[in-house]
Amino acid sequence: MDEFAVEMRDVVKIFPTPEGGEVAAVNHVTLQIKHGEFFSMLGPSGCGKTTSLRMMAGFEWPTEGEIFIDGAAMGRTPPYLRPINTVFQSYALFQHMSVFQNVAFGLEMEHVPKKEIEHRVGAALEMVKLSGMSRRKPKQLSGGQQQRVALARALIKRPAVLLLDEPLGALDLKLRKEMQLELKALQKEVGITFVYVTHDQEEALTMSDRIAVMSQGKVLQIGTPVEIYERPNCRFVADFIGETNFLKGKVKKIERGLLTVELPDFSQEIKGMGHENLAVGQDVSVSIRPEKIRLEDDNNTTAVEEDKDNILRGKVLATAYVGSDTRIIVDIGHDIHMVVWEQNNISTLDPQAYYVADDKVLVHLPFENTLVLPEGVA
Amino acid sequence: MSEKKPALWLRIFSFLVYLYFYLPILILIVFSFNTQKLNVRWEGFTLKWYEVLFNDSNVMLATRNTLIIAFISTLVATVIGTMAALALQRYRFPGYTLIESILYIPVIIPEVVMGISLLAFFALIKFQLGLVTITISHIAFNIPFVTLVVRARLHGFDKSIEEASMDLGANELTTFWRVTLPTIMPGVLSGAMLAFTLSLDDYVITYFSAGPGATTLPLRVFSMVRFAVTPEVNALSTLWVLTVLVILLISQVVQKRQT
Amino acid sequence: MSTDKPELKRKHSLAHILRENSAVQGIALISPTAIYMLIFIVLPMILVAVLSFMSRGTYGNVVYEFNFQNYVRLVDPLYFRILLYSLGVGLATMVFTIMIGYPLAYFIARSPARKRSFYLFLILLPFWTNFIIRIYAWIMILRTQGLLNTVLLDLGLIQDPLEILYTPTAVLIGMVYEFLPFMVLPLYTSLEKIENAQMEAAADLGARPWKVFLRVTLPLSVPGMIAGSILVFIPAMGMFVVPDLMGGAKTVLVGNVIRNQFLTSRDWPFGAAASMLLMILTLAFTLYYTRKAGFGEELLV
Repeated sequence: MDEFAVEMRDVVKIFPTPEGGEVAAVNHVTLQIKHGEFFSMLGPSGCGKTTSLRMMAGFEWPTEGEIFIDGAAMGRTPPYLRPINTVFQSYALFQHMSVFQNVAFGLEMEHVPKKEIEHRVGAALEMVKLSGMSRRKPKQLSGGQQQRVALARALIKRPAVLLLDEPLGALDLKLRKEMQLELKALQKEVGITFVYVTHDQEEALTMSDRIAVMSQGKVLQIGTPVEIYERPNCRFVADFIGETNFLKGKVKKIERGLLTVELPDFSQEIKGMGHENLAVGQDVSVSIRPEKIRLEDDNNTTAVEEDKDNILRGKVLATAYVGSDTRIIVDIGHDIHMVVWEQNNISTLDPQAYYVADDKVLVHLPFENTLVLPEGVA
Repeated sequence: MSEKKPALWLRIFSFLVYLYFYLPILILIVFSFNTQKLNVRWEGFTLKWYEVLFNDSNVMLATRNTLIIAFISTLVATVIGTMAALALQRYRFPGYTLIESILYIPVIIPEVVMGISLLAFFALIKFQLGLVTITISHIAFNIPFVTLVVRARLHGFDKSIEEASMDLGANELTTFWRVTLPTIMPGVLSGAMLAFTLSLDDYVITYFSAGPGATTLPLRVFSMVRFAVTPEVNALSTLWVLTVLVILLISQVVQKRQT
Repeated sequence: MSTDKPELKRKHSLAHILRENSAVQGIALISPTAIYMLIFIVLPMILVAVLSFMSRGTYGNVVYEFNFQNYVRLVDPLYFRILLYSLGVGLATMVFTIMIGYPLAYFIARSPARKRSFYLFLILLPFWTNFIIRIYAWIMILRTQGLLNTVLLDLGLIQDPLEILYTPTAVLIGMVYEFLPFMVLPLYTSLEKIENAQMEAAADLGARPWKVFLRVTLPLSVPGMIAGSILVFIPAMGMFVVPDLMGGAKTVLVGNVIRNQFLTSRDWPFGAAASMLLMILTLAFTLYYTRKAGFGEELLV
C-alpha cells in the first residue's frame, strides 16, 4: 500500500471558454490525501474543487500533471477501471431502476454472483437504514433517503476512496446537520478515505480531518480545521472561513514570529502573529476575529498599560442581541467599522449592563490572536 | 396561469369548439351503421358496409401497404433520428448549425414543395416510383420530427447518471444500453409514435412519390371520396378512429406504468 | 510512473479514437441523418431550384437552358391573381383560427392544472385520425344532399338546400378545421407561461379585468400567436387537398398550381418556379417573425 490514498501532482486542467479562449479551472494543484482520512476541498463556486474531484473520478483528464490513486498513476484510465466511487451532488440515481437495482448495479458490473449481490445489497441498505425500501423507485423517496441510496450504491463497491460532491447541498438545514454527523460516523465505521467537496465552511470544519481551501484553481492552504480557522495563511482564507475584521498596514519590525505593523490610517503600531516569509516594508492585512476582540470602557486604563500598542479607540455604532452573544459594531474612525462578539454571560436583564450606541470604547486586539497576513494569495 | 374558474361565456364557447372538433367524427361513425346509402337520414342499423369494406381487396392491399411503410419508416427514422438527437444535444462538431437548419426544412416548408422535389429527384435518378420511394420519403420527413421530440427529452437529461454508471464499473457501451437508453426511452417512444402517425396520415408527399402502381390508405380514401360519398368510407373511418384510440390508450397505460 | 500502461498501447484502436475525440463521436452519430437528409432533402431542393430556371420541352420534358421565363410567367395576371387569392385564403384561415383558438387556449390555460392536459389531449385526439377522413366528414355534412341541408330542410328553416360545398366558404371551413390545433397549442404554451402575479399586479394597480387582458395577457401571448400564425399560414398556402375536395374547380391555390404543373400539364420548370416562390415566402415570413418576436419553443410544441 502506498503512503497516500490520492495524490495530485502539479495538476492543471484547462477548459475552453464559450468565447473561444481558455480558462484554467485547476492551476498547478499538488496535494496528498492519506489513507482513512476525511479530506475536504473547500472554496467558492468556480474554485476548481469539483473539477479536481472529477479528475480523480476519471470524468475529466488533467491537461498537465498526474493523479495517483494508491500510488498508481491514473493517466487516462476511464472511470470504470478506477478503484474510486462517487456520490453525486444530484445523487444521479437511475430513475428507471428500483432502489435495489441501483445499489446492485456496481456489483453486477463486477459479475458478482446473484446470491452474493442480494446479500451485500441487503447489508448496504441496512447500513444506511433503508431496509424495506428496496423495491421502491427513487422518485418515491425523500431527498434524504435518495442521498442514502446514492451513498449505499457507491460504498457497496468497497472503493479505496469515496468522492462526495456536495452531497448534502440539496437537503434542508436540519437534515443536513444530521447527515453531517452520520456521514462522519459512517466514515469512521467503514474506514474508507473520503474526499469531500463543499462550499460550506461550517460543514467542512465539522466533518474533516483536513481541509484544502481553494480559490481560482489554486490550493491556498491545507490543514486541520483548527489550523485553517486559527492560523489562516492569507487574507482570502481568513475571510472565507468564519468572520473576521481587517486592517491595512505595513510591516515595520519582525522579532521571532512577533510582527510590528504600522497602521498608516491611525498613525499607530500594532503587534501580531505572522508568517515567517513576510518582509519588512511589505503591505499586509491585519486580521482579527470578532470573538477574539475585547471591548473596555474608555475610562479603563489597565489594558492600555498592559498592551498599549494593540488598543484602538472607537465609538459603538449599533448592537444586536443574538442570544448566545451580542454583536457590536464599533466605529474606529476613518470609515472603518469593526465587528465584535461579546459572549452574553452577564446574568442580568439590565440594559445598562450592555454596550449601547454612542458608548466610547477601547478596542483591544490581543496580539496572540491578531494575525498579520500577506495581501492577496500566499 | 391561475386556476380561477373561467367565465361562463368562455366555458360555453370552449364547449362549442370541442363540439366542432368532434361532431363531424361522431356523424361519420354513426352513419357507418346506416342502411341508407346516401346517408343523410337515419334509416336503420346495419353492418353491411363493414362487410363491403373487408371484401374490398383494394382497401385491404392499401392497408397492408400503409402499415408496412409506417413500420419501416418509423423504425429507421427512430433509430437514426435518436442518434442525431444525441449528437446535437451532446456534441459540437463541424457543420453543426448547417445540419440543425437542414433538419428544420421538412418541418417548415409546405408539404407540396417537399413532395414535388422528391418526385423530381426520383425522376432524375430514374428511380422507379413505388412502395420503396414512398418509404424513403416517409423516412425523410419523419427523421426531423423524431429528432425534435427526442432532443426535447434529452434537454433535461442529467449527464451525471451516465457518469455514475461508469463510476460504478460500466463501460461506455453498457452505460448506453443500461442507463442512457432506458432513461430517454419515453422520448424515443413518443418520437416513434409521432413518426408512425405522420406516416399513416400522410397524403401529400405519398401522393407525389407513389407513382401509378402503389397505393396507400390515404390515397385510396382520397380516390373513393373524390366524387362520391359512400358508407364504406364511413366504416373505414370508424375502424381507423377506433384503432387510433386503442393505440393511444395502450401508450398512455405504458407511460403511466413507467412513471 | 507507469508509462507502460495498457491504455497507452491501444492508442490507435478505433474505440480509443472514439473515446478520446468527442467531435468524432458526434459526427459518427449524426452522419446517418446528415447523409440521408443531404440526399433526400437538400439535393431535391437544389434540383427544384435549378429546374425553376429551365424550360419545358414539347413533350413535357425539361430543356436545360438557363432562363427567367418561369418567374416572369408567375407575375402574369392569371397566376398573380391565384397568388393573391392564396394569400387571402391563408390570411383568412389564420384570422379565423385565432378568433376561435384564442378563447379556447385561454380557457385551457385558466383551467385547473390537472385538467389542462386532458383538454389538450381532446384537441389532439381528432387529429390522430386521418386527414382525408376528416375532410370527408365535412363533405358529408356540407354537400347539397348532406346532413346540414337535410336537417335544415326538415326543420323548415330553409326552402332550398344551401350550396356550401364546392365554394370558397367550404374551403375555409375545411382549412380552419384542419389547422385549428396548430394555433391553439402555441397559444396555450405562451398563455400558460404567464405568471399569475403579473395579472394580479395589474389588477392591484387598478386595471379592470378587461384592461388586464388587453394590457398584460394579450401582449404576453403575442409570441404564441405569431408561432401559431406561421404554423397555419404557410401550410394553408401550399394546401391543395382541401381545395381539391371541397372547393371544386373554382378554388385554385398556389398548391394546386404546383401539383397541376407536375402531374397534369407536365411543365416541371414552371411548377418548380411556383414552388420556389412558395419557399421564399415561407422563409421570409418565418425569418421576419422569428427575428421580430425572438421566440423559439412555441414553434416546436
